[in-house]
This record gives sequence, structure tokens and C-alpha cells, in this order.
Amino acid sequence: MAADATLVVQQPAVPARIARKLWQFRRWPLIPMFFLVLFVFTGIFAPLIAPHDPERGGLRDRNLPPAWEEGGSSEFLLGTDHLGRDMLSRVIFGARISLAVAGVTLGVGMVIGVASGLIAGWYGGWLDEFLMRIVDIKLAIPTILLALVLVLALGQSFLIIVAILAIAVWPRFARNVRGEVLQLKTMDFVALAKVAGASTPRILFIHIFPGVINTLIVLATLEVGIVILLESTLSFLGAGVPPPTPAWGSMVSDGRDRLAVAWWISTMPGLAIMLVVLSMNLFGDWLRDRLDPRLRQLN
Amino acid sequence: MQRYLLRRILLAMVTLLAVSLIIFVMSRAAGDPRHVYLDDYSTQEDWDRLTATLGLDKPYYQQYGIFLGSALRGDFGQSIKEGRPSMEVIVERIPATLQLGLAAFAFSVIVGVPLGILSAVKRGSFLDMAGKVVALVGQSAPVFWLGLMLVFLFAVRWNDWFGDSLVPPYGRQEISSIILPAVTLGWFYAAANLRLLRSAMLNVLDSEYVKLARAKGVSNNIVIWKHSLRNALIPVLTFAGITLGSLVTGSLVVETVFAWPGLGQLAIQALAGNDYPLLQAVVIVFTLMYVAAALSVDIMYAYIDPRIRYS
Repeated sequence: MAADATLVVQQPAVPARIARKLWQFRRWPLIPMFFLVLFVFTGIFAPLIAPHDPERGGLRDRNLPPAWEEGGSSEFLLGTDHLGRDMLSRVIFGARISLAVAGVTLGVGMVIGVASGLIAGWYGGWLDEFLMRIVDIKLAIPTILLALVLVLALGQSFLIIVAILAIAVWPRFARNVRGEVLQLKTMDFVALAKVAGASTPRILFIHIFPGVINTLIVLATLEVGIVILLESTLSFLGAGVPPPTPAWGSMVSDGRDRLAVAWWISTMPGLAIMLVVLSMNLFGDWLRDRLDPRLRQLN
Repeated sequence: MQRYLLRRILLAMVTLLAVSLIIFVMSRAAGDPRHVYLDDYSTQEDWDRLTATLGLDKPYYQQYGIFLGSALRGDFGQSIKEGRPSMEVIVERIPATLQLGLAAFAFSVIVGVPLGILSAVKRGSFLDMAGKVVALVGQSAPVFWLGLMLVFLFAVRWNDWFGDSLVPPYGRQEISSIILPAVTLGWFYAAANLRLLRSAMLNVLDSEYVKLARAKGVSNNIVIWKHSLRNALIPVLTFAGITLGSLVTGSLVVETVFAWPGLGQLAIQALAGNDYPLLQAVVIVFTLMYVAAALSVDIMYAYIDPRIRYS
């Protein structure tokens, strides 16, 4: 009898359906998402998009203003720097560095953080105490200072920068994952898995880890902005990825003493950093509200 | 309470120990420390003397002991560039950094707190929007860039338009020199204060006891200033404590941008000049300030919030 009680659903006309679909996106952070997609896209395809070589310039073209200013040319849309290198191309390649650093750093930091968070939360006892005290100590040491010491002692390279930033990033993941695990491990389904004879790794990865993923995603988006700011600060201070690689932070530093003659050298890369971080923060806030409102207290 | 404080103090000490260990290991990883002080013209006696002072003929753990012992006495060795004890150089720089930190802190409170209250009370108004912009810029713009843009606007462009810059763009010669660096350094924290206070105020304004106060006919001003603000200030106070410490490190960047002659600038100069003895001394002093600030907040907080005292 259930079979003939078919529910007749009124299908609205096609344009109305499209409109309804679009209406669902009304609360989506579309503008931030656009900038983020643009950031990732330019980062990946930098060599194909950039109109000029970012590391070579002609001295004849140095300090040219952006195209819309007097004396600017359409060949260099955002102008050129003090060595005649195209600003637009450098900003585009800078996206690549920021993207790579942020991606690798978060990957490494997240793996370390999740592993230690799972272990600390699951086993408890002295292991938990030990790991969490390391987290406390790390959070009590100012990151940039630590980075300066390491860079001066070990030298500057992409790998060292990533390692330093990963060290800066993992404690927050560890602490949050641990908190989640403490809650999850008292749940019935974990007890059932144990009774069913599941091994510890299986319980951790198949049963508990999925419960942590939402927190992880939200935390990761919120950390991207922090990592990009840290990386650019290090490059600004001369302790980042070494020149002539165009990193946004060191580009801002290039223009420091030239604000009066060529304001665009500092302004453009800084604007790029701000746009990306701003978009990431707005996107992260939105994601947090959708996936995990409890994390609100994080900020 | 006592157990809590004991734990905190112990943690602070372990943190300092960890930092000293990192610095020691890094100073050895960077190469033979004798090369830092001596060059090709040094005699064999110089080498031997330095080997003895630094204890390089002893095993590593003893070397660390020597390093730690002299660090506790405030002896970090000679600054290479200045040619005098690192600690001496540092002590001269501390007042400038403290001054800048306090000014920035004052700015963050003066801007962040009223704007936070107003944007919660007059939600959706023009002020709320303005507050949002201040907060978004503060949390997204890199500090060094913000500083440069302020210099560009109020010194370079102002000079073009009006024939003179509004405030000095760098240095510490005049009293007004502190304005731009303090605003730059304080902006991020003003934004944080604003956001914290706004959401805390909104929570409190929505609570039962505020509704009760309103129902009893308490005037709007008293509800806001007495019932709500006092409770909303708790998270802001905690954060203020944390910021005091990180203002110290924020000064690294801001002092570099504005050529403000403090500890931060010194650290970057040491970095650029490969002056390792000076850098490690600055790092220890900075960490000490940071840890001390965090510790005093923990203690203060234990007094303010009974939940911490009894757990």
C-alpha cells in the first residue's frame, strides 16, 4: 500500500529551478572564493600567465609606473621595480612561492599535529602530558624569533623555511585534535569497535579520525592566512626564501626606500598578501560557521 | 590555586631552558664559534685562550653548562659589530622598545574598546561597518606593509599635497615620531580587541540578567556600562595580557620599518650582520619578556576567574 501512495512533487519550471539553485548560494562567500581560486590558479600556472621573466629586467625600464599612471605603458601593467623587472610577473610568481610554502607547511604541520593529537588523546597518561607540555612550550616561544635564530644558524632555503613554519603550525592542530579525541573516545561506537576486536590503529584511523576532519578543515583554512603572513614577514626581514626568487614579503622590502619615487613596488605585493589573507579569513569564518560552530571560541 | 601557579612557573622556566638549549645547539650547528671572534691574524694563544673560555675542549653537556652559567650572569659574549658585551648593547635599547610597546597598547585600547562597544550596541550602523573595516584590515594586512602605507600616505603624499609631512616617517627624534609606529603596531590588536569585545557584548546583551535589568526599568546607559561591559571585558583582559607579550615581538617588524632604535631593530641588525652572540642575547631577552608577560597574565587571571582557581 505504500507503493501506490506515491508522493507527487510539483516540479517548478526550469528558470525557477535555476533561480532556486542560485538562491542557495546567497550566503556563500563568493568574492573571497573568487580571489582564492585566482590565487591558486596563478600560483600553479605562473609561468604560463606571467607576461615577463620575473627575475630579469632591463635597466632602461626601471621604476616605470603602472599603466594607469602618467608615463606608464601597457607593456608593464603594474609598472616595474628598481631593477626594471615587471611587477605583474613578480606578483604572479610571488603567488607561487606563497602557495607552495603554505601548502607544504600545512601538509607537514597537519600530519605531525594530527599524529601527536591522536596519540596524546588516545593514550593519555605521561605521553599526553609530555606532548602537551611540548605544545605549551612551543606556544610560549615567539615564532619569528625562533625562525631568525634557525635561519642564521642553518642558512636560508625553501626547505628550512617550510620546516620552521611547520614547527610553528603543528601545536595548534595537536591541541585541538587531542580535545576532539578525548570526547570521541568515550563514545559508544568506539567501545563497540573495541568489543568487536578492532586494533588500536584501526580504531584511531577508521573510527576516530573521521570525527576530527571537520575541525581539521576549519583549522587549516584559518591557519593558511597565518602561514602566509609569517612567510611574508620572514622574507620582509630578509630571512625568507632567498632572492632573486620573487616572494611577496621581500618585494615589499625592495620598495621600502623608494616610496617617494616608485610607490608601486611596495604597494602591489602587499595588496596581494592582504587580498589573499583577507579572502582566506572570510572563507574560513564561513566554513567554521557551517562545519563546526563550536570552534568559534578559537578567535 | 597554588598547584596551578606552581605549574605555570615551572612551565615558564622549562620554556626558557628549552630556548637556551635551542640557541646553544644552533650556535654549535652554525660552525666553530671561535671563527666568529678570531680571524687569520689571531695567534695560537688567542685560539687557546678562547678554547678555554668557551670550554670547547670539554664535552658538549659541559659546554652547555658553561653557556647556561654565563647566560644566567647576563654574559652572552662580545657583540662582534659593537666590540663590547652584548648585554650592554641590549640594555641601552630596552627603553625605546618598552615605550613603543606601551604606546601601541594604548592605541589598541583607545580605538578597539570604544569601537567594540559601539558596534555591538549600534549593530548594523555606520559605526559597526567602520569597525568591521578596521578589524578586517588589521587582521589581514601584513604589519610591515601597513606601516609603509601609512608612511606613504602621511609623510610622502602629505608632503606632495601640503608641502610638509604630517608626522615624521622614521627615527625617534621628536615626540610625534612615535605616532606612526605605534598605530602600525597597535592596529592588529585594536582589531582583535574590537572583535572580541563586540562578540562578548552581543552575548551579554542577549543574556537573561540584562533582560531582567531592562524589564526592571534600568536605564539603557546603566545596562550597557554597568551590567554588560564589566562582563564583556573578561575575554578582552585575557587577550590584553597575551598581547603585551607579543607586542614585544611585533616590534621586530615595526622597528625595522620605522628605524626605531629598539631591541627589534637590534635583532634584525644582528641577523643581517651575522652577529650571533648579539642575536642570541636579544632572543633570550625577548623570550624572557614574553614568558614573564604570559606568566603575569596567568597569575592575574587566576585571581579574576574563580573557575581557574579551584580546578
